[in-house]
Amino acid sequence: MSINKYEKAWLGFSIIMVFAFLGITGYFSFVAGFQTPQDAEVIDPTKIDEDERFANPRVEEVIPGELYNVYMVARMWSYSPTEIRVPKGAYVKFYITSPDVQHGFHVVGTNVQTNVIPGYITVITAKFEKTGEYLIVCNEYCGRGHQFMKGTLIVTEG
Amino acid sequence: MGNFKDDVFIRLGFYVSYVAIGLGALFGLLQVLERVPGIRIIPADKYYLSLTAHGVIMALVFTTFFIMALAIYVVTRGLGIDTYSYALNKVAYGLVIVGTVMAAVPILLGKASVLYTFYPPMKASPFFYIGATILVIGTWIFAANILLTVKKWRSMGNTDKKLPLGVFGVVATLIIWYIATIGVAIEMLFQLIPWSLGLVERIDPLLARNFFWYFGHPLVYFWLLPAYIVWYTVLPRLLNVKLFSDFLGRVVFMLFILFSTPVGYHHQFMDPGIEAGWKYLHTATTFFVFVPSLITAFTITATMEMAARARGGKGLLGWIKALPWRDPTFASVAFAMILFGFAGATGAVNAGHNLNYVVHNTAWIPGHLHLTVGSAVALTFMGVSYLLLPMLTGRKLHSTKLALTQVYLWFIGMILFSAPMHYLGILGSPRRTYDVTFGGHPSTQGWAPLLVLAAIGGMLLFASVMLFLYNVLRTLTSGARVEVAQPSSVEIPQGSLGVVDNFKLFTAIALLLVLMAYMVPTMNIINLGTPGAPPVVIR
Repeated sequence: MSINKYEKAWLGFSIIMVFAFLGITGYFSFVAGFQTPQDAEVIDPTKIDEDERFANPRVEEVIPGELYNVYMVARMWSYSPTEIRVPKGAYVKFYITSPDVQHGFHVVGTNVQTNVIPGYITVITAKFEKTGEYLIVCNEYCGRGHQFMKGTLIVTEG
Repeated sequence: MGNFKDDVFIRLGFYVSYVAIGLGALFGLLQVLERVPGIRIIPADKYYLSLTAHGVIMALVFTTFFIMALAIYVVTRGLGIDTYSYALNKVAYGLVIVGTVMAAVPILLGKASVLYTFYPPMKASPFFYIGATILVIGTWIFAANILLTVKKWRSMGNTDKKLPLGVFGVVATLIIWYIATIGVAIEMLFQLIPWSLGLVERIDPLLARNFFWYFGHPLVYFWLLPAYIVWYTVLPRLLNVKLFSDFLGRVVFMLFILFSTPVGYHHQFMDPGIEAGWKYLHTATTFFVFVPSLITAFTITATMEMAARARGGKGLLGWIKALPWRDPTFASVAFAMILFGFAGATGAVNAGHNLNYVVHNTAWIPGHLHLTVGSAVALTFMGVSYLLLPMLTGRKLHSTKLALTQVYLWFIGMILFSAPMHYLGILGSPRRTYDVTFGGHPSTQGWAPLLVLAAIGGMLLFASVMLFLYNVLRTLTSGARVEVAQPSSVEIPQGSLGVVDNFKLFTAIALLLVLMAYMVPTMNIINLGTPGAPPVVIR
């Protein structure tokens, strides 16, 4: 079957474009290290209180100014802790789980977000370079009070 | 030659889909208005009820009924025979209707406000899951009847002939549907139904998401391909030219069979428990699925240009003016294509692996999907209705002018709705949320004017649907009786296309790609061994 020469050129352009897209997003994910969330542990959602981390949700200073662990429970319809305070430039490792339904976790104005799925603990690491008060929203529908589910993240000078 | 006794199913399919789009539009209007800060029409639980109803009615009911009707039309006209079995059509339609009603009642009673993604452990009434399953079983029987029709035509001494392009597209659509629905069948039969009936106590929500999106993405190609069939077959006839490339049209449908399904993780980039490498593989397959759409953009535009030049159009772009912009069916297809072009660009962001961080679960996503199913598909379906209804009912379209107004109104309304939704998404405004003011948090302050703009767009879209329905109703009840010529059965070219004609081969490769993309990560999820989650009933 013969294909028109302009259409051939267009086809070539399309295929090159697809590989260029793949190359760019692949580079930033696997080489530059800006990866999608993937780490997970499993947990019994009816017994999260038996896990010390979620019995007492909190921000834990591991290495001052450098590494912080955040143990967080997302439930219908709030986050605990409701307010998180971390210094700018530090690595912040979030462990988030849900005792009820699925939730979202999105720090508005940043590229930090993940899904929270009951039965699993989401583990993501983030770094905030700009100080300020950020709004955390649940962006996965979780029942009639979904619109009330929010939190605050405060990035301090250090 | 058939005597078109299946036309009763075509009309039934169209009419049910029109009722669906009317109801869906009503729920849609409610939502755009409700999201404007300061406007309160219904309480939160009713908002989520209407959101569920809007999604299920538009995405599953409107599309499925229209597509079944269109498939019968294309196959009976394209092959010149009746479908294989009138009785099978009856059974299939019966099941789809029973399933739809069974799922719709709990939704409208507020017993299934789980949205059209029905993520567990949020639990709806078992009737919702069972109804949806019966609907899907009905479509399987329907698809079998259409495929048997093609087989019967082959056995009537047509073994060496090429299938007409439209029928070729229908076969591809149904193959994709069979492959796609494996996912939702597993989710329903092994997870949701036993769990919702209380036969098992717990469910793995991540595994359910895995199977849902295995189905959920090829579902969009199940909607889109019938629109492509219209673009590839109705448009050239409307313009009185030959399609620029029949061969590439067939290649396009085959590429969709290959790449429609192994792409679901681009909906789950933000999920824990799925390794990034597998997500990236799905990024690649999603990007490959752009290629058939880019070929389509070229072929259809080239076909339009040939037609315009034959009508005396001149210049590098001046030929565009020579196209029949006052024909509602042509205008609908042209606008559908333009809007779908934007959808392709925004879809590249969704599918772009880590780029997805910016838009996941934000207003960007409904902005995008209203350009795909809401424009490329819905606008094409309305536009082609103006052409087909007179043929099916023997009545003249009530008003071409109203039809044209409707199409232009949809185009403008969709731009006004979709552009601000995309922008809201970049600003972080979540989708599927009753109230996005979050207590007046400073981060949300730029959102209000955009929400107002989207609401204006939504009102225009609602008005457009109402115009469409009014025109259809007037046509059916008081359109002048006319003898409308049925499309002449297309001349069926001789000669095989070789490998491009081999559906069995492409289906086998598609299944292999599905196994490659899904087997290991699915096993990995199971091996994580979560104890699972008990149901949470949403009231």
